[in-house]
Amino acid sequence: MSKQSGSLRRYVLTRIGLAVPMVLILLVLVFVLMRVAPGDPISAAQGGHLTPAQLAQKRHQAGFDKPLILQFWEYLRSVLTLNFGTTISDGRSVSSIIVQNGGVTLTLAVGAVVVALGLGVPLGLLAGRYRDSAGDTVTRVFAIVTYATPVFFLGLLAQLLFSSHLGWLPSSGQADTLVQLNVPTKTHILLLDALISGQWDAVWNIFQHYLLPWITLGLLIVGVFIRMIRINLIQTLQGDYVEAARARGIKESDVVVKHAFRNSLVPVVTVLGLQIAMLLGGAVLTEKTFNLSGLGSMLINYINSRDYIAVQGLVTFFALVVVVISMLIDFINALIDPRVRY
Amino acid sequence: MSAHVTSPEPAPAGTADTSRPVLSVRDLRVWYGTPRGPVRAVDSVDFDVRPGETLGLVGESGCGKSTLGRGVLGLAPEGAAVDGEVNFRGTNLVSLSKKQLQELRGPELGLIFQEPMTRLNPLMRISEHFAETLKTHEPGLTKDQVRERALEALRGMGIPPSRYHNYPHEFSGGMRQRIMIALALVLRPAFVVADEPTTALDVLVEAQIIRILADLRRNFDTALVLITHNLGIVAEACDRVAVMYAGRIVEQGDAREVFARPQHPYTQELLRSTISLSTTGLHYIPGAPPDLVEPPTGCRFHPRCPKAMKVCAAVEPPDVLLNSGSTSACWHQAQNIAGAIPPEHATDGREPLALAEEISVADEA
Ligand SMILES: Nc1ncnc2c1ncn2[C@@H]1O[C@H](COP(=O)(O)OP(=O)(O)O)[C@@H](O)[C@H]1O
Ligand code: SF4
Ligand SMILES: [Mg+2]
Repeated sequence: MSKQSGSLRRYVLTRIGLAVPMVLILLVLVFVLMRVAPGDPISAAQGGHLTPAQLAQKRHQAGFDKPLILQFWEYLRSVLTLNFGTTISDGRSVSSIIVQNGGVTLTLAVGAVVVALGLGVPLGLLAGRYRDSAGDTVTRVFAIVTYATPVFFLGLLAQLLFSSHLGWLPSSGQADTLVQLNVPTKTHILLLDALISGQWDAVWNIFQHYLLPWITLGLLIVGVFIRMIRINLIQTLQGDYVEAARARGIKESDVVVKHAFRNSLVPVVTVLGLQIAMLLGGAVLTEKTFNLSGLGSMLINYINSRDYIAVQGLVTFFALVVVVISMLIDFINALIDPRVRY
Repeated sequence: MSAHVTSPEPAPAGTADTSRPVLSVRDLRVWYGTPRGPVRAVDSVDFDVRPGETLGLVGESGCGKSTLGRGVLGLAPEGAAVDGEVNFRGTNLVSLSKKQLQELRGPELGLIFQEPMTRLNPLMRISEHFAETLKTHEPGLTKDQVRERALEALRGMGIPPSRYHNYPHEFSGGMRQRIMIALALVLRPAFVVADEPTTALDVLVEAQIIRILADLRRNFDTALVLITHNLGIVAEACDRVAVMYAGRIVEQGDAREVFARPQHPYTQELLRSTISLSTTGLHYIPGAPPDLVEPPTGCRFHPRCPKAMKVCAAVEPPDVLLNSGSTSACWHQAQNIAGAIPPEHATDGREPLALAEEISVADEA
């Protein structure tokens, strides 16, 4: 036992060590991409409104007249202290944007993953277990269609049908205004705050608001899960240890569930990790479609007002999130699959 | 017929009736459906195995050995058709339901596989494999009893108790095969098929495994079918041998007798092509085993047989029981039986088959 936890700890430390160069490369990329655009952030944001002298002064204040390498050093230092800069257009610190608006994106993403797994795992397993049945065919078509449909299109359709036409669900925002005002802010995650304060009406209201966005974003990635789990299960069911289990007279239901299902679900976590970037991209569009003021909406707003500092800060944050999540995914994998630890 | 055999009375060890076969196979056929037509991988096979006896099953790759081994245990893959009789202690296994077969596998029937590396569930500890197997067939066992039985079986295979809770990937190939054997034998099945259990292992480990299997029949009266293409193993570990070619058993008999005086030309060729101390130069049988969708007419070996006669290409030779107790399916023995050769081949049937034809057919196959 102690030997195993030892190897797990070593694995975790190694994996964290490997993340350092990854973060550095990402930061260089973000920094360079932000400078490739013509001009500098200040003139881009406020070019039309200021005299050249004022511009030069602002540039000096923000440090954009320094050599690039120095600028990069300062960028690096501030990111390492989790300071993502201050926006040019409205003077907010990017960190506070992340704290105040991140909750929406988090709620959206987590709910979408729940939808994708809740739908994808059983559908994938059923399709694989009863391959070539009518249900299998329908499931496969469903997987391909949801995968190929653009998010905003799906979102708009859902809005049209369930909000405008049927009137079952609200079409935008994360809650009614009154609800938002009445829920005391603790975590900046509205759904969580409502749960903590025990306002069940508010919870229900928020849930209704998030339902369509969750499904829209969840459907974007569910197809990948269905297809992967189905193929995995089909292969696992023909696998060597499954045949060996049958040869020992293990009950067929145990063979399918304990041997085949469990093994076919191992790569799910990995695929989830690979889908994180896709999920964040989809979240940006979903937030825009459903008028949710998450980080995605903020990013689009700041892009429109050419606020490069804000964009750089948010993109840096997104990149760090992807790195951290992929690291967590690897840890979870090591816990599930004993072969991963070395 | 009565098909319920979930709890046959256990045969008292040592006093088992060694003359009566524990398993007797009659006219067994296994086909695989393929787009090109049925592959007759096992085509009318008969054999018996007695308690404590080891039957070696040999033949080139693709002759249907694995199919036969699995077919006997009711483990033919989905889409395969099985017909004939597999009599196990008075029950025809072929007519049993999936559920009845499942209950027999483990406590009565066992299978040891060729590649041990992939046969254990990578997510389950060795202990969990044993617990699952034991609890499935003996639900009343306590945790301690499970542990005791499993450790005893593992000890018999030289796996120390300290490794009981390890995962499969923490073992070498040889150890995994010994674990697989322990797992197959933990419930003391009366009949076991070992399908090339040492092919994937190195020579030292092979010797070890063969010794374990040889001990098995001595200590537990287990009847064993040992599939191998290593004739050395058969000579060392088997009482009797069955030689398989293109889905049929062509020669069968006492292992020492068959090796000393092989009667069927295929057996002779197979023995010639093994490496031994006296071998100078390597002999091999020209051509390859035939396509089993459209096997050759007559004797299936005739396109490759150095002793083929005209009748061989036209009519299938019958099984002939020889004085030695062996059986052989070859016209060289069958021609002496009055009336065996059909009248239309009586005159020229014994003439050698033209060499040219022999080669062209062999190349085609
Ligand atoms: N699942 C299958 N489907 C179709 N054909 C098969 C299948 N398994 C084996 N065969 C064919 O059956 C024949 C016998 O195979 P096998 O029993 O594996 O022979 P052996 O064990 O003697 O090498 C071969 O021609 C092989 O191609
Ligand atoms: S029957 Fe003819 S072809 Fe077949 S093995 Fe005997 S001699 Fe050879
Ligand atoms: Mg084989």
